[in-house]
Amino acid sequence: MEWQQTGVVLSALRHGETSAIADIFTRQRGRWKGLVRGGRSSTMRPVLQPGNQVQATWRARLEDHLGNFIIEPISFRAARLIDDPFKLAGLTTLTEITQILPEREPHERVFDALQIVLNALEDDDIWPALLVRWEMGLLDDMGYGLDLTHCAATGVNDDLVFVSPRSARAVSASAGEPYRDKLLALPQFLVGGNIVTPSAQDVLAGLELTGHFLTRHIFQARGIPAPESRSWIMAHLKQLAQS
Amino acid sequence: MAQRATGSEIERLIQLLARLPGLGPRSARRAALHMIKNREKLLGPLASALTAAHDNVTVCSTCGNVDTSDPCAMCLDPRRDRTIICVVEEVGDLWALERSAAINCHYHVIGGTLSAIEGVRPEDLNISKLVERAAAPEVKEIVLAVNATVDGHTTAHYITERLKECDVSVSRLAHGVPVGGELDYLDEGTLIAAMKSRRPF
Repeated sequence: MEWQQTGVVLSALRHGETSAIADIFTRQRGRWKGLVRGGRSSTMRPVLQPGNQVQATWRARLEDHLGNFIIEPISFRAARLIDDPFKLAGLTTLTEITQILPEREPHERVFDALQIVLNALEDDDIWPALLVRWEMGLLDDMGYGLDLTHCAATGVNDDLVFVSPRSARAVSASAGEPYRDKLLALPQFLVGGNIVTPSAQDVLAGLELTGHFLTRHIFQARGIPAPESRSWIMAHLKQLAQS
Repeated sequence: MAQRATGSEIERLIQLLARLPGLGPRSARRAALHMIKNREKLLGPLASALTAAHDNVTVCSTCGNVDTSDPCAMCLDPRRDRTIICVVEEVGDLWALERSAAINCHYHVIGGTLSAIEGVRPEDLNISKLVERAAAPEVKEIVLAVNATVDGHTTAHYITERLKECDVSVSRLAHGVPVGGELDYLDEGTLIAAMKSRRPF
């Protein structure tokens, strides 16, 4: 068995003294783990940093074996972002959340969207909103998608400002008003308004929205905490919104 | 089936040696044989040293270093600069900095890096004690000497946030071209970091 794909490094855990087990996310193969011989060497450690773009060649005798990766670097994204805490938190959040996907299962839309967000990480005005959209896409791909097309109560498709935390369906302002304390806010950039540069407050509401469903369906279900870096992004956005 | 060539005690010694970093079963066998041949000069003293280390080595409650006393010799050393605390991930990093004699300051070992994948949360690291130490009036600077990895820097940024409440300056190690390094042979990540950290010459 052998295949070659471009992918994103999600993690590289130490294996023995010289090797590492790399988790690479590719378009056609999804998340795939393999042994990188010499993965702890001074030449390979910079390559195996989360977020880096690599060319991965996987070989094994049988498909269900762990197999060996041969990794060639394409882009050292981590090195570009490592000094900026906000960008680094974005990178860490993306690579950590991607690891909730099941292994060896293609998630092409998630991969394509991940590429877009990773490439936008240099621009702080854009990537936080893209992160929210990416998380929505990921939830959708995992079968927990939000239905923001029309109001769950009245069926209207305008003035949608809330989301039901239980059904993940949009609720219009008039129908949701009596329950506003129990409903999640739906930022307008997710339903067509000010798509390009939403405010920090809107992005924060978006992260609270996706965070609720990620926690409910994935983190809590698996008994794992939400990434610390994601909380850090939210705290930073809260500061921006207040200033 | 191959017969065993040695007694159970020697087999046990080989098995334990093979678990040490850098040693596999074959090199463990060679090491064991070498020690047995030098029983008086090596095996006995090594056994005594191991017993003494086992009985006396402790983790310093102040800085997280390993030593035979608590507080450790470094924390008690009056010749060290008390105004600077150098933060490292592991004791091995502390030893590396000490070997280089690059700085004569106090240290703080946090014991790893934050990692959601490996389930390492801030409360699992020795960070609260660092904040406590940084709050002391004599401390002026915290040097974050963490590894230049995504996990290392995520941890460094977290520590910087925690230290905002303390009246200290926070610095980190430079990234760039190592002494003796040739640009042609450096990885792109190092070159990017070096170019970003360029300074007037």
